Amino acid sequence: MEKVLSKKVGEKVILLGNEAIVRGALESGVQFVSTYPGTPASEIGNTFYKISNLKSQISNLNLYFEFSTNEKVALEAGAGASFSGQRTLVAMKHFGLNVASDFLITLVYSGVRTGMVIVVADDPGCSSSAQSEQDSRAYSYLAHIPTLTPATPQECKDFTKFAFELSEKFKIPVMVRETTRVALQSGIVKLGKIVQGRRKGKFVKDPHQFVTMPPRVLEMKKELLEKIRKIKNEVSEKSPTNYESKRITNKKIGIVTSGVSYLYTMEALKEFNLNLPVLKLGFFYPLPEKKIKKFIKSIKKVLIVEELEPYIEREVKRFAKDANPKLQIFGKNLLPEIGELRPEIVLRAIAKITNRKLKIENSIKIKNLKLKIPRRTPQLCPGCPYWLVFSGIKTALKKMKLSEKDVVFGGEIGCYMLAGLSPHNIQDYLFCMGSDMGIAHGIKKATFNKQKLIAFVGDSSFFHAGIPALINAVHNKSNPLVIIMDNQTTAMTGHQPHPGIEKTGMGEASPKIKIEDIVRACGVKNLKVIDQGNQKEFVKTVKEFLQNKTVSVIIARRPCIFVK
Amino acid sequence: MKKDFNIILAGVGGQGIITLTRILAETALIEKKDVKTSELHGLSQRGGSVETHIRFGREIYSPLIRQGGADLIISLETQEALKALHYSSKKETMFLVNDFIKPIFGTKNTLPSKQIQKELEKFSKEVVFVPASKIVKEKLGKEVLAGVFLLGYAAFKKLIPLKPNSFLKAIEKVVPKRYFQLNKKTFTLANPTNYE
Ligand SMILES: Cc1ncc(C[n+]2csc(CCOP(=O)(O)OP(=O)(O)O)c2C)c(N)n1
Ligand code: SF4
Repeated sequence: MEKVLSKKVGEKVILLGNEAIVRGALESGVQFVSTYPGTPASEIGNTFYKISNLKSQISNLNLYFEFSTNEKVALEAGAGASFSGQRTLVAMKHFGLNVASDFLITLVYSGVRTGMVIVVADDPGCSSSAQSEQDSRAYSYLAHIPTLTPATPQECKDFTKFAFELSEKFKIPVMVRETTRVALQSGIVKLGKIVQGRRKGKFVKDPHQFVTMPPRVLEMKKELLEKIRKIKNEVSEKSPTNYESKRITNKKIGIVTSGVSYLYTMEALKEFNLNLPVLKLGFFYPLPEKKIKKFIKSIKKVLIVEELEPYIEREVKRFAKDANPKLQIFGKNLLPEIGELRPEIVLRAIAKITNRKLKIENSIKIKNLKLKIPRRTPQLCPGCPYWLVFSGIKTALKKMKLSEKDVVFGGEIGCYMLAGLSPHNIQDYLFCMGSDMGIAHGIKKATFNKQKLIAFVGDSSFFHAGIPALINAVHNKSNPLVIIMDNQTTAMTGHQPHPGIEKTGMGEASPKIKIEDIVRACGVKNLKVIDQGNQKEFVKTVKEFLQNKTVSVIIARRPCIFVK
Repeated sequence: MKKDFNIILAGVGGQGIITLTRILAETALIEKKDVKTSELHGLSQRGGSVETHIRFGREIYSPLIRQGGADLIISLETQEALKALHYSSKKETMFLVNDFIKPIFGTKNTLPSKQIQKELEKFSKEVVFVPASKIVKEKLGKEVLAGVFLLGYAAFKKLIPLKPNSFLKAIEKVVPKRYFQLNKKTFTLANPTNYE
């Protein structure tokens, strides 16, 4: 943290990609930061949270930080600040962008007033994401949002600064898209000067810019596409974020790559002692078409090294049609579309197109090793409050002479999704945040309320996206038993506060929003707040509530062991 | 130094591997090397396997070590060493393994260390087992110091081409002030002249 705030300009420090993004924002005079936590983006919010809790710093920096209720709200709040003249950064993981996308697409139409940067962290390989593997670059096309893809911590910082400039110049939000191995890669970063945010916000009315309504909306779309054309020609084509390595020996084979894939590529070339031309694209959207065409014009074979979807590959194929129709194009025929790339995967692909032998010794023997150690599945911490929820439910079912097979268990994302693993094994479906009660309602309706169902929802998840689903179940009359796992924190992503806690991202006291008040206001009649440490009471209530004809909610309130 | 130096740290959540990764990276920086590390966050805090990569040298691109590319694999738990075999090669790789087993939930039998050692030896240049957890527990009362002890062992035995003194400077930078003396003591305790 001291490193992120260091005043020594020119100092070389080791930062994580995510910390470098924070530093880049501070060097850009950022004033408003909002986020909802999610790995691998969490350290961005966590670092701002730490900074914001240092009273000495915060007055110097003119910085405001918040954990918003969810990513859509975070993006909306950030937009409001940018409309009012403050430089803004909003950070989230890839799923968060799905939640925020409804607003995002319109926001790119209206554009912003001062620099607004949206950082999105993808997780190829799903090392810390349960729900799906997603390539958020799809949103670059869908929303027409300019997108930068850094590869190293130094680039994380530099690209963030560049993104602020670009955003402010063209009055358009800019996305910085990381992946796990960029966000959680540490490397040497050369520090610049931290700039104090200066602008005092004021919303200057301009309905022409900020009100989207036909016929204006299509005019806005036209203006947006015009902006993108301009950014492509005036910035992307000339930007140093897109660069070509010096061509020296082999002029027949070239590589186009971006993000962390670039690093694996360079490592492979180093290992083979090869000097192929490499075009590294830091600007993903809009791509520098002329630059790419020039690059592929003089070569015979090109390999596109990119993780997940073949977006760059498709574009290269398109460009090659007139730039070099005979070009042999390799990409996803040699590289996987699923999971993250790794150095040896890229090595193999490069070996293939350059006809080189690659032998990784023992690899098959190691793979087929007889001595296999079982996977260490994650476990609830000893003393975790959830043990008591799961065991209490089991006891209640036994007492009711119900088998676990007779009850559907709805899961959701958070520490409590470990319900699905041994020794609990009570989770029959698991999708995205806020989905559990919605699905539960559908199951209840389809089974004429006959099949018993218990839906688990975390406290942070409840605030995030749970409330509309609960209202729906009440209004449309089904009767799941909802257990709100109120451990007083957003645990899985590193114990960030949420609206049910009397503390804001700035470390200030704030009014506690009581989950029971919300549940009552949603029209739920069967409600109990219980500390599951009182097992007798908890078991009794589960038994009773499973018989109810209308929606029932138990708020199982007992803090996570990390909550002080 | 002839080439890049690649270290894998393996173990389980809660053993302080992220801190050790930071210490190694800072040590390399102190010796003016280029350095990259890679780690993962998320559920791993709750007892899952943890693996981090540290690479240093003249110019480092990839944050990940390639298959068969490790020079040194330090495993803070014996069984986890087997999982890191992916990075091992007969020619280059040295294993430094904490002789310490953390049972895997849901499995009754843990693999015997001797058997693990044999397997590791088949696919690596050298394997050293050190009862780090036992030593630090006996001498310092805290098992979590095993990692720093192993770092010290690797540094004093010159298994890592970085100077013990640079490590100490890095430890001072990385660990909270109040724990510095204890960590320093642990690190120097690992100097073979002190305990063999
Ligand atoms: C849209 C979206 N944003 C963020 C995440 C990352 N995420 C996974 S679990 C979780 C925390 C949930 O907290 P809570 O519901 O309180 O459960 P706990 O971990 O405390 O049990 C978050 C933020 C996600 N999966 N989806
Ligand atoms: S972090 Fe908290 S909520 Fe998560 S498993 Fe541990 S004790 Fe339970």
